[in-house]
Amino acid sequence: MDENAQLLKIRGLRIEGRTDETWIQIVNGVDLDLKAGEVLGLIGESGAGKSTIGLAAMGFTRDGCRISGGTVEFDGIDLVNADAATKRSLLGKRIAYVAQSAAASFNPAHKILDQHTEAPVQHGVMPRQKSQEDAIELYGKLRLPNPGEIGFRYPHQVSGGQLQRAMTAMAMSCRPDLIIFDEPTTALDVTTQIEVLASIRDIVEQFNTAAVYITHDLAVVAQMADKIKVLLKGDQVEEADTRTMLSNPVEDYTKSLWAVRSFKRNQKQLAAEGSVPVVELRNVTAAYGKVPVLHDVSFSIHSGRTVAVVGESGSGKSTAARCITGLLQPGEGEVLFDGNVLPADYRKRSKDQLRQAQMIYQMADTALNPRKPISEIVGRPVEFYLGLKGAEKRRKVDELMEQIEMEPAQYIHRLPSELSGGQKQRIGIARALAAEPKFIICDEVTSALDQLVAEGILKLLARLQDELDLSYMFITHDLATVRSIADEVVVMKEGRVVEAGPKGEMFTPPHHPYTDLLLSSVPEMDPDWLDSLLERRGIANGGEAERVGV
Amino acid sequence: MGMVGAIVLKRLALGVLTLFVVSLLIFGSVNMLPGDFAQAILGQGATPEAVESIREDLGLNDPAWVRYLGWLGGILTGDFGVSFAQANFLAYAGENADLGGIGSVADQLIPRFKNTLFLAGVSAAIAVPLSLCLGVLAALFANSVYDRAVNIFTLSSISSPEFFLAYILILFLAVLNPVFPSLSNVFADMSFGEKLNRTMLPALTLTLVVTAHMMRMTRAAIVNLMASPYIEMARLKGLNPLRVIVTHALPNALAPIINVVALNLAYLITGVVVVEVVFVYPGIGQLFVDSVKLRDVPVVQACCLIFAAAYILLNLLADVMSILSNPRLRHPK
Amino acid sequence: MQILTILAWIVAIFAVGWVFRFFGRRISWPRESQQIYFRDMSYLVALGFALGLFAIYWSFDFYFIREVKFFQWAVQGIIGFSILGYLFRYAGRNLGTEGSKKLFRQMPVTAAFGLLVILFYVVVAVFADLVAPYGQDEIFEKINVLPGGNPELGGDPRFPLGTDQLGRDLMSRLIYGAQNTVGIAFATTCLAFFLGGAVGFLAATLGGWFDQVASRIVDALMAIPQLIFALLLMTIATAWAGSNKTLIMVYMVVIIAVLDSTRVYRLARAVGQNIVVMDYIEAAKLRGETLAYLVFREILPNATAPLLAEFGLRFCFVFLTIAALSFLGIGIQPPLADWGTMVRDLSQFINFAAFSPLTAALPLLAAGAIALLTVGVNFVVDWMLHKTSGLKD
Repeated sequence: MDENAQLLKIRGLRIEGRTDETWIQIVNGVDLDLKAGEVLGLIGESGAGKSTIGLAAMGFTRDGCRISGGTVEFDGIDLVNADAATKRSLLGKRIAYVAQSAAASFNPAHKILDQHTEAPVQHGVMPRQKSQEDAIELYGKLRLPNPGEIGFRYPHQVSGGQLQRAMTAMAMSCRPDLIIFDEPTTALDVTTQIEVLASIRDIVEQFNTAAVYITHDLAVVAQMADKIKVLLKGDQVEEADTRTMLSNPVEDYTKSLWAVRSFKRNQKQLAAEGSVPVVELRNVTAAYGKVPVLHDVSFSIHSGRTVAVVGESGSGKSTAARCITGLLQPGEGEVLFDGNVLPADYRKRSKDQLRQAQMIYQMADTALNPRKPISEIVGRPVEFYLGLKGAEKRRKVDELMEQIEMEPAQYIHRLPSELSGGQKQRIGIARALAAEPKFIICDEVTSALDQLVAEGILKLLARLQDELDLSYMFITHDLATVRSIADEVVVMKEGRVVEAGPKGEMFTPPHHPYTDLLLSSVPEMDPDWLDSLLERRGIANGGEAERVGV
Repeated sequence: MGMVGAIVLKRLALGVLTLFVVSLLIFGSVNMLPGDFAQAILGQGATPEAVESIREDLGLNDPAWVRYLGWLGGILTGDFGVSFAQANFLAYAGENADLGGIGSVADQLIPRFKNTLFLAGVSAAIAVPLSLCLGVLAALFANSVYDRAVNIFTLSSISSPEFFLAYILILFLAVLNPVFPSLSNVFADMSFGEKLNRTMLPALTLTLVVTAHMMRMTRAAIVNLMASPYIEMARLKGLNPLRVIVTHALPNALAPIINVVALNLAYLITGVVVVEVVFVYPGIGQLFVDSVKLRDVPVVQACCLIFAAAYILLNLLADVMSILSNPRLRHPK
Repeated sequence: MQILTILAWIVAIFAVGWVFRFFGRRISWPRESQQIYFRDMSYLVALGFALGLFAIYWSFDFYFIREVKFFQWAVQGIIGFSILGYLFRYAGRNLGTEGSKKLFRQMPVTAAFGLLVILFYVVVAVFADLVAPYGQDEIFEKINVLPGGNPELGGDPRFPLGTDQLGRDLMSRLIYGAQNTVGIAFATTCLAFFLGGAVGFLAATLGGWFDQVASRIVDALMAIPQLIFALLLMTIATAWAGSNKTLIMVYMVVIIAVLDSTRVYRLARAVGQNIVVMDYIEAAKLRGETLAYLVFREILPNATAPLLAEFGLRFCFVFLTIAALSFLGIGIQPPLADWGTMVRDLSQFINFAAFSPLTAALPLLAAGAIALLTVGVNFVVDWMLHKTSGLKD
């Protein structure tokens, strides 16, 4: 195919989705151009219509959606009006798809290799035997361990990061001209993400495949794409090549997206030597049943400070929080509050002890009772702890609502389902504040939110801390969040504290090797970041060599 | 395989335990009967000697646990005991009288049990393939006119009492258009065709009920499955729709479908009682209802145990089959 | 010969399907989307259209040409009730509060139909004494087993639905039957819900040994098919009750309630467990709230939707079980009018259908009364389940 030929051409694409018998627009006129071998990054927050557009580029719409206008042309073929057989002859063969969750997108009933060879055999691209050999070669190129053997396993026998690479290999099986990557690394831990990103990029470059890379993560798209298109609620905001877009965004929305990562509060002084911490864990060891989760964990949180507890999933950070709240009783060790030992079981704690330590949850959806209006959700702790009733209670609730920057009159009679994600999280904060606590545990409070909204929540928390002299324990896996809000950092791995100290120290070398791995794995907004990182880590970059060779 | 084997063995053991508990339950509830069996059999006017002799015959003087063990032991060797009707006859006619038509519980049960199995078998043979096909079609054309019509039809058929469906079928297929006989008195020496002809109406009634259930459950299972990401993936590979269904949906749908079938066969067992009464079909359900009315406790006990055993076995089968068809269990990490 | 006709029909249907698709692919339609729809239509769908066409043809044949009475009644009944349901929904959409209007706007006709039926039964059951022309066990001299009340056909206008073989007015017995059958089933369901719901929620909230013991007992009770177990227990109950008919019915209510509460228990426990793991329950626990507050203020309000739907399902089940027991002669006792018993008593008339179709309708009246109510309830429940599952998406 001609190198500069237009491979994918989308003009004025409109897609409608059905809700309650009526059709509403979810994509309003999007244009898209892609040349052979080019990688386009589609970015936007949730609800921007990224995945819908990605699928539409394959001539496919999910149930309950329909293309209501515009054209999608792939290599001169009109995909909107093509009949089913024509579309089928393209899908899998010339256009392939890599889904967000590989674990769910591999059929649990078949071996990975059998699923790999299905498309080439069915499309008549190559016979089964040859496709199998090719698969093993691809697995090797994608740096999967045991490439000769891994294909003979069932999907549930392989880890998430490896499955994602196997799915990329599967997409490559017919050597398509175009691959749609739909958030392929979103479900992975940071350290795994790097390997998957690197291998995806290499293989795409090697075979000169065009790709649409869909993600909400700017730093990721900066590594992967030649050009970037920003979407907002189904509208296209702007498009430019990656370097220009990163350095010179034009539109306000893009600028605000870019600015998110720059929020950084001033780091506070360390607490005075010898002062009594608000919360202290001393040599806590805990287990769920017989499975040990925490091993000899100690750290302390001082008044008015934010301690970020960082680690990947399964590192025990949430378990530490459960020990503090008393939901899980440690096998050994103790939890101190203001220098006094807390009873291990929350049922044995006094009302005042319970009041002093509050919690904000990750999923605001499950943290607020969906059947209670806001006034009752926020009002209950006011009544329960402070004993306020009637007009006094109402005044206090109004006051709390103003503290979280929500208009009381407008919101207090609503149900949680009538609020947006960010607003729900604010109500969660108000409920914690209603108890007038000294200490709040924030459990991944921003990870379910879009970046702009998350930033608002972080700013709010920072302001409240200054005003009310609160202490936070900030559980997160996102180092960008740590950078912006923490005073001190505790790094956890496999139930142990790996490293702990003031933020400044943590972000400057020398690090503990694990901290280093974590830190360096966080994608940065620099398009060259991945290359330089791989170089530093000394990973043999097969793609690099090939490209030079070509 | 070791893991699956262990799980299946565990389920089997649990099934046996359940059967044991159920036998205890049945025996226990029957022993809550007020007064004396012997008195109940002979009525108020019986002489104390006659009552005592029956007590002796039936072992009523033994403590409850001895009787339970005796009963259980008897069942395991195929002896379901002496029915009251039989005991009654013996009490009047003397120990060595010719029993004529009145047999022991087992004598009454076995031919009728065969008839019931025949009825259930015919119903299943019609209902299972029919409902699976219709259910899969409803799932494939979900939310279409066909799907909605099927939804209304199956809901109505599930909601209607069995005797309502039975009378409608009699009305249309036996009285207005005499296709099948409305009375299903089958005998052991009938030809297969004749038997089938007479069994048709009760079988169709059961089919209507069970098909509706099975279809809805099949549809739900497949609709669930078709929404899963790996089916979308298969479609995005450009496979033809038939292949998507046969190689991607079917292997995963097997477990829920087998489950659906087994559960509905278990349901057939309950449904059989009313239908047999409506059509005067000489099966175990009819015997059960008659014995309940006559309070012939040994027969009631035995029927109950047979129904429960079949029910437990089928549920167990559903359980084991769904374990066996789960790839995550068949191929552990 | 018959087989040949059937075969010919089948071939015809397949052929029509094929022709339909063949031309569907070639004709250009007024709208492009239709053209694509017909172009990509699979043979299965075309066959469906063909079958639908033939079904309409056959219905037409039955209704107008052969004039089959029962078929005409059924068609008239279905069309009539659908229109009533539609009108009912239309009224609901335009009357009442904003909330109720919104509810009616989302309602399918089937659910409106179901609601209408339930409403009708409730009114009849509550005001049975006022609505019924005669008493439920009033015996008249003149036995008239012809419904319709048309003197020309031999009916009696005093008994619009005729009398049973003992000379009791059927209309009155049907109306009192609503009171007895529906009332008893409703009471039984309430009892089952109270029992199963209370224990189920406690098991979900407390967990531990209480949950274990309760769940194992329920497992054992559920291992025996419900109708069989009910029949067994009824044998014992009738022996206990002797000739006291009220006592038999009380026992029946308790037995069915206990057996049915096992299913309520399972659902309540499952729903409760889903709610208990929510963060807002954890938040309430950590606040130091009491068990009573947790159950009544946090868990129950979130469980009402599934429980309400389950109440409808359980009611149908209980209702059908009682009807089956009565039909078998071990349920509601005479002289109380009851639909199940009526079906059994009148069942012999079904064989008169060949020469007196009207008489054959007698047992179907009571059986149909049962079916109509359960169908109505199930339609409403189906909609409710659909709605709650739709909201989760």
